[in-house]
Order: sequence, then structure tokens, then C-alpha cells
Amino acid sequence: MNKNKGLDHDEQLLFEVGDINKTGVDLDDIDNLDQMIGDSFSENEIGLAGLSEPETIRHYVRLSRKNYSIDAGLYPLGSCTMKHNPRLNEKMARLEGFSDIHPLQPISTCQGALELIDLISSWLKELTGMAAVTMTPKAGAQGELCGMMAIKQALLDRNELNRKVVLVPDSAHGTNPATAAFLGFEVKTIKSNDKGLIDFSDFKDNIDENFAGVMITNPNTCGLFETDIVKISELTHKSGGYLYCDGANFNAVVGKLKPGDLGIDAMHINLHKTFSTPHGGGGPGSGPVVFSDRLEKFCPTPLVKNIKGDFILVEDSSEKDLAKSFGRLNVFHGQMGMFVRAMSYMLSHGADGLKQVSEDAVLNANYLRASLSSHLTPAFDGFCMHEILFSDDFLKDTGVETLDFAKAMIDEGYHPMTIYFPLVIHGALLVEPTETESKQSLDHFINTLCDLVERLKKDSDSFKAAPVFTPIRRLDETQAARKPVLRWKEEPLIAV
Amino acid sequence: MTDIFYTKDHEWIKVNGDEGVVGITSYASEQLGDIVFVELPEKGNSFDQGKDVAVIESVKAASEIYSPASGEIFETNSSLEEKPEIINEDPLDSGWLYKIIIKNKDELKNLMSEEEYKKLIGA
Amino acid sequence: MRYLPLTNDDRKNMKKIIGINDINEMFTNVPKEVSLDPKFNLPNHKTEMEVGKILSEIANKNINSNQVPFFLGAGAYKHHIPATVDHIIQRSEFLTSYTPYQPEISQGTLQYLFEFQTQVSLITGMDVSNASMYDGSTSTAEAVSMAKRITKRNKVVLSPTLHPQYAEVINTLISSNEDEIDYEFSENFEVEKLISKIDDSVSCIVVQNPDFFGSCHSLEQLAEYAHSKGTLLIVVVNEIISLGMMKSPGEMGADIVACEGQSLGNPLNFGGPYIGLMSTKDKYVRQLPGRIVGETIDMNGEKGFVLTLATREQHIRREKATSNICTNSGLCSLAFTIHLSLLGEMGFKKLSKLNHEAAIKLYNKLKNLEGFEVKNNSFFNEFTVKVPINASVFVEKMAEKRNFSRSSSI
Repeated sequence: MNKNKGLDHDEQLLFEVGDINKTGVDLDDIDNLDQMIGDSFSENEIGLAGLSEPETIRHYVRLSRKNYSIDAGLYPLGSCTMKHNPRLNEKMARLEGFSDIHPLQPISTCQGALELIDLISSWLKELTGMAAVTMTPKAGAQGELCGMMAIKQALLDRNELNRKVVLVPDSAHGTNPATAAFLGFEVKTIKSNDKGLIDFSDFKDNIDENFAGVMITNPNTCGLFETDIVKISELTHKSGGYLYCDGANFNAVVGKLKPGDLGIDAMHINLHKTFSTPHGGGGPGSGPVVFSDRLEKFCPTPLVKNIKGDFILVEDSSEKDLAKSFGRLNVFHGQMGMFVRAMSYMLSHGADGLKQVSEDAVLNANYLRASLSSHLTPAFDGFCMHEILFSDDFLKDTGVETLDFAKAMIDEGYHPMTIYFPLVIHGALLVEPTETESKQSLDHFINTLCDLVERLKKDSDSFKAAPVFTPIRRLDETQAARKPVLRWKEEPLIAV
Repeated sequence: MTDIFYTKDHEWIKVNGDEGVVGITSYASEQLGDIVFVELPEKGNSFDQGKDVAVIESVKAASEIYSPASGEIFETNSSLEEKPEIINEDPLDSGWLYKIIIKNKDELKNLMSEEEYKKLIGA
Repeated sequence: MRYLPLTNDDRKNMKKIIGINDINEMFTNVPKEVSLDPKFNLPNHKTEMEVGKILSEIANKNINSNQVPFFLGAGAYKHHIPATVDHIIQRSEFLTSYTPYQPEISQGTLQYLFEFQTQVSLITGMDVSNASMYDGSTSTAEAVSMAKRITKRNKVVLSPTLHPQYAEVINTLISSNEDEIDYEFSENFEVEKLISKIDDSVSCIVVQNPDFFGSCHSLEQLAEYAHSKGTLLIVVVNEIISLGMMKSPGEMGADIVACEGQSLGNPLNFGGPYIGLMSTKDKYVRQLPGRIVGETIDMNGEKGFVLTLATREQHIRREKATSNICTNSGLCSLAFTIHLSLLGEMGFKKLSKLNHEAAIKLYNKLKNLEGFEVKNNSFFNEFTVKVPINASVFVEKMAEKRNFSRSSSI
């Protein structure tokens, strides 16, 4: 049966369209030498489906057309920062001198690679105003782990591992408590006040002799700058703890202020959020971490050192620079391909351009805020930073829930905003336009949302049914989780 | 004679002599939504009152189950492995989770009566 | 600035609607003592041409694998990548989409991940796989931590021929006060010796195959003994192409398999981004970290895909999550799956054989060379050679002789 719908082609699984006797690559002939694998040699069938080149391209192109993308439309996912990905970044990352070099090459043959790591390191230190940086973490979450491990190592060095309590605000990303708990810290939640900011007195009350540190996202997940941040960092240090900053929202202040001036001790930077490396449908990421001088010596291995223009890689923990390092986070030296892309972005913008980036991001968010306040309900008063948080108050008595409203946006041609996060706001809707949207694009988005809100009163049923214009309708997630089907399997032949 | 007690975390325990049967309340099963998986304790293991003993997962949430009483587990509800939805359908009876030999019946004083629990959930 | 669409007129009009005169009025939450507009010792913006020139000059200081004969391995491998792969992964809909949390407009990503999970399960010989991890080393560490959750035991035995940097990563990511990690780096892989280390306090035994020195091993006996003690066998594969002519880890009795998948579809990139693979048995699926895609139906009964078993993840379980991991290696897994679709069963096995035969030819030449000692009795596409002088000096000297013509890579 033909299930195509215009440009949207139905596409079966690779294992249904492919064939075990088909291939899309031509390889040299084999000499049929005697194998030297030994006992574990095998010629058993694996069951891999193959496709010729034209079939491969058609299969994946058809699949691609079932995806939304930033290149096709505004992607207002708060806390995720879906901004334009310059194609120059992609071109630079594919220079053979970067993409086709091996991590274990002789040092004399990879001076350029080490120079690039040194260059991006110096930019990140200057932009954040911090003493040190490690480039190795593979993603933001690993960067966060890295920062907290340095803190743990510092406490160990001070012989104060009794300090087990890490304070985390209730509005934090889920990774924060997960990371702290993973390292054996005891997580205590601190409250937000009615302005969406950390309640300083609750923070103060939770500090005792077991205080290890505090993890703060700034600007926070409500899209607000933590106004007490300097007071918090001073009290943290006075109490013998460390301030970890989740740098997920650094894109709101890059080039505008130096996080080092806020008194933080460690902060990870998601290169895709602030420096435009592509999200790629969920990775690969890269999460460098900047450190204050108090934590510098606890950095993970390896380190790149610049000795008068000659670059070396310090990997051996017996070296002086690494004597107090907490160790290695992953094999090799980090996400080189992502460093090149981010460096291309930074050089393109320069100091002046990066300041414009954060100013435009904040301007765009506040423009949405001002234009949408008549129809949606902002969760907090006053200006926001790069993203604007709404509660579901405007949906009250309509029978429509946040999820339905989000799904209805899909039919209007938009990817929904982030929903149900942060947890502190009921039915939260978090909108981040980013600096790479034009005013015309924002106006269209505003009109669409306002029209949807008007429709709530007239036709709330249509929200429950949405989306209808998509390749597939709402899916049964309960069934998926109850009886997981996680791979294709050949259906058993029916016995005759 | 069977007595039933409740915890503030929405578990119930039906006590018959030294034996107790543990499950979650209707209120809890409604709050969780469609239950998709239950991680049950192993037979023969002992738990203290208030310690996490099992996990109930719905699509969007996972909740710890805290044992209403101390003691040794002697039976678990194996039908939940295949059909976790029984908890949604019949939380107070066939959706039970495990059976326990109660170590110290004095502990039951820490729990709530049906009336007290109803007050807690505002029923 | 070419990436910023707002004009100065736009900015002026927008400020008016917001009700401000100065941009800094929106930054009033920033404490007074913190400077807005600090000085940065950095250059201003540059044209595309200038940036291209700067970065090309840096890139040109490296010797890349296309310029010279290239023999490097040990966890990262140079193979030809079909042109189709890089073309498809640069399609906007793959390159610039987010994690598929809205399944109705993400079926493209979800379906290829489901196909990827199937391919990974097949080549590793396991029941199920996740949608990828950062790289082989972090996959291995996550596998160890998964084994500890399953067995509720803290002791970990690492084979002496495990990649030493993988062992370092396990040591960093896993060890806490109550853990014990048994690892002594050496070229001697002896099944009997490993067996002697297993008792009912050991959560898992981690074996790399082919091992760090290139040797291939049968693991059935080890698996059987481990299972008799309730210990899990974790098999690590650095060179995924080897699975085209070796028994799969699943066939040999592995409980969890952790691989580096870079060899398919992904360039060397000086060490990253790469792609970690992880697969296991059905019964452990709810302990598997990372993202997983599952099949289901929509409200009209049409087949579709969603991220599933999300309750194990950090954004739901917070401090009780199985791992703090957030991303997978999305685009790298796409490259992997396209390359493997192009190869198919036939191509994958042939590529495997070509690699093995090239290694045999070199092995036969080197084994008769005076002063050199080839250590392996078995190997797939890499083996260990003892050279007559200090190895790092030898390697730097070899690198200086880079003028002879290059051989092709496969």
C-alpha cells in the first residue's frame, strides 16, 4: 500500500529495503591468505543489510525530511540554545590537517593541533576571566562532572572530605544533582524565591561544617541573572566551599561580562550553545571547563603546554604540572573537531561580535516577552536574559495543557519551546529565540502564538488532536516503555 | 483479622499476624499515571522501615517505594513483571508488590490509619 | 556581522517596544561591582576569508594521514570513508536538529537510531544496544558502572592487555572509596590467571579483544567461569572492523559490550569526536545508560519511533539517575550507520579481510627483519613490534623520513 503523502515519503527500515547480498562500496580484491586470527576466527553470517549508493542516499534523504531543523525554522527550545550553525565552521573542521590526524602522532607532526588547542584555551580563559581551562570533557555533562571532580580533589587535598553537602537550587538542570550524587556528595535542594532567584537566606541556612560547595546556573534556568551571585560566592568561600557554575547559559553574557568577576571556581561551557557547533540531533558535544586559580592544579590530564611557541602534551601524572590532577576523563585529548568549529566562530565574531551576540540574544528574548505578555503569562516580573519563562496560567479553564499547546505549534510550522522545565513553574514553557533570528521571524512567531491563544477559547479540541500535519501523529509512549522493542528482528517464518 | 496501615509516601501494608502485604494506594497510582515497569526486591532480603525497597516507573517518572515495616521479604508479585498495569487497575488488591515477615510490630505505630491517610490526601 | 540578522533600526524599534533606552537596562540584575563591557585582550570580528586563512595555516602545520604512509592504531584507525557519508551527515535536517524529544517532527533521527541500534546489536552479537555514548573509553567506564549496579558488587578486574588509557578512565570515573580495581598493565594475556582473580565478590571482568597489543582471544572459557561466580564479562572492542571476521563478543558469552565505533564513518579528528557503542542482554536493558529508541504506534496505529525508558535518565531521576550522561554522539552514529549500510554484510566482511591481509603482508616482511621482533601469534590489523632502539626516538626518526610515496589506506 502506498503511504506517501506528497513530499513526505514513507520509508521502511534499512533491514526491510536492504539486502544481505548488496553493497554500496567497491573494494579491492582479496588474496585469500591464511587467516592469523586464531581460535576466534569466524565466517558466520552477521545479518547486516546493505544498499547500493543511490539507494543509500534515497533512504537517508527520505528520513531526513521527517526532521525539523534550525536551518528550516525558528527553534525556540529554552535552555538548549538552537542557533544558526555557520557553514564556515564545517568547512574548517574538514581541513585534512585537522580531520585526518591521529591522536597518537609524533608530537613534531601535530604542532598545529596543539596550537589550536592552545589558541581556543586562551580565548576561553580571556572571555571568562578565569585562570585555567581543560579542553578534554566530551560534552557539557562530562564537563560538569570534571568541574565537580576537581572540587572533590581539592577537598581531598585539604583533607576535608567530611564536607559532603552540595547545595543545588530547585530550578537546576537534572544533570547537576545527578553529577553531585554520582561523586558521592549529598545533594541538598535550596529554594527559589518568588522572583525566580535563589533564596539567599535559605542558602545561608543550609551552610554548615559539611558544606562542600554549591552548583548554580547563571543566568539561571528561569532565564534570570542571579543577582546575589557575588554575595553567594563570598559566603561560599568564607565557609570553605567552592562555587560551581553551570555555564549552559553563558551565551547570554559572553563578551558582556567575565564570569571570573563573579567569584566562581569552575564552569563548564557547552560549545554548541555559546559557540555554535551543531547539535547534530543529539551530539557530539564538547564541554571545556574553566577553573579559578584555587582549582587549577586539580585539572584532569592531559594538558597542552606552550613553551615559547613549541607545543607539548603533558600526559604523565608523575609530571609536576599534573601531580595533583584527579586523572583522565577519556581516552586521547577531547573533541578536536568541535574545537575547530568553535574557534572558527570565535574568530569570525571577535570580541566586538561576541558582545553583540549576547546583547541581541537578550534583546530578542525581551522583545518576545514584551510582545507576548498580553496573551501568555510570564512566570516572573521584570526583564529576562536570553530566554523567557511562561507559566500555564493562560491555559487555565481551557482544558488544554502545556503539552497540547506545544503540539499545536507543530502544526503551525514551529518546533515547540521547552516544556515542563524548570520544574519550579507549573506547566512551564521556556522560550529561547537566540540572536540569529531576524525581527521579521520573531514577529511571525509572535503572531502565530497569539493566534493560537485566541483559538483556545473557540476550539480547544483541535489542541488535543494536534499535530495533524506531521509524518506521524502522537505516539504511544506507554506501550514503548512497557514492552520495549529496541531493534529490528526478522519475523519468524510461519510454518507451513 | 487484617489491619491496614498507610505511610505518608502513599504505601499501604495489610497486616495478618506476623505477615504483611505491601502495595501503593489508589491515589499514588493515579498520580503516577500509566505504570510501565516495576523493580521488585529479591526474596530473602531484609529491609528497615522507611528504606527504599522497590521502584515503580511510569513513562515520565520513577518513584521509590519505601518499606512500611522492617523485615524479610518472602514473596514478590511476579505477575507485575509482565503486566505492571495491574497496579493501575487494582492497586489495593491484585496490584500488591511484596510480602514481608514483620520484624517488629511496634513500628506499625509510626504509620497512619485509613482515616488519617484520607485526611492527608484530602479525600 | 554576517551571522546576526538584526539591523540597527530593528534594535532601536525593539528597544522602544520593550520600553528601554539602553541595552544595559536589561542587565540590571548584574551586581554593581561586576563590570558590564569589560576589556578583552582579543581581536575584533573577521571576514570568512581571513578566518579561513588563519585556520588553514594552523592545519598545515600538521602532517595528515593522507600525506604519508600511516601505521597508527591503538584505539583510533584510519579507513577510507565513502563520500556519501559526509554528504548526508551535512544535510540540515540531521546537522541542525535537536535531540528527538518531539517524535512527530524527529522521525528521521529516531528511525536511523533504531537502525543503528540494530546494526550494533548484530555486529556485537547482543540483544540490545543504546543510541551511542561519547567514545569507547567512556562506554567502557559506563559498562563497569552498569555491572556494579547489576551485581551490587564493588570489585572490578581489568585484563592486563586493556588499553592503558581506558584503564585510567575507569579509574577516574568509577573508583570511590569502597571500590577495588585490579589492573596491572602487561602484554601477557593468560586466561588461567584472569580466572584465578574471579570470585563471588567480583562484579565484572573487562577484556579487550583484539587486545591493546593486537592479539585475538577466545573468551568462552573465561565467560563460563565468570558466570559461575555471578561475575559479568565486559568485552571491549577498539577496532570494530575486526568483527567482520571474528566471533562476536555475544557468541563468546559477553554480558556487556563496549566499543569504539570511530572506524566506521568517522575521521581520526586527533581523538574526537568519536562514538562509543554499548550493547547488552535483554535482561539488563533497564540498567543500560544513555538514550534508547523504541518502536511503537501512533494514535492511528501507524508504526513510529520514540525515545524510551527515559526514566533512567538524569532529567527525570536527577540524583538517582543511572548516569549523568546527556548527549549521545548523534551525528557520529549517523556516519557510522550510513557507512555500515553502504558496506552491508558483504562489504563489511571484505573490508575486514582486506585489513587483515594488509597486516599479514607487513607482518611477514617485518618478522624476518634483523633487530626487529614481532610479538604477536595472532592479530587482526595491528600487531606489536619490538624495535632495536628507544621506541619514541624510532617513531620520531620514522616521521622525519616522510618523503617516500604514500600507500593507500583501507
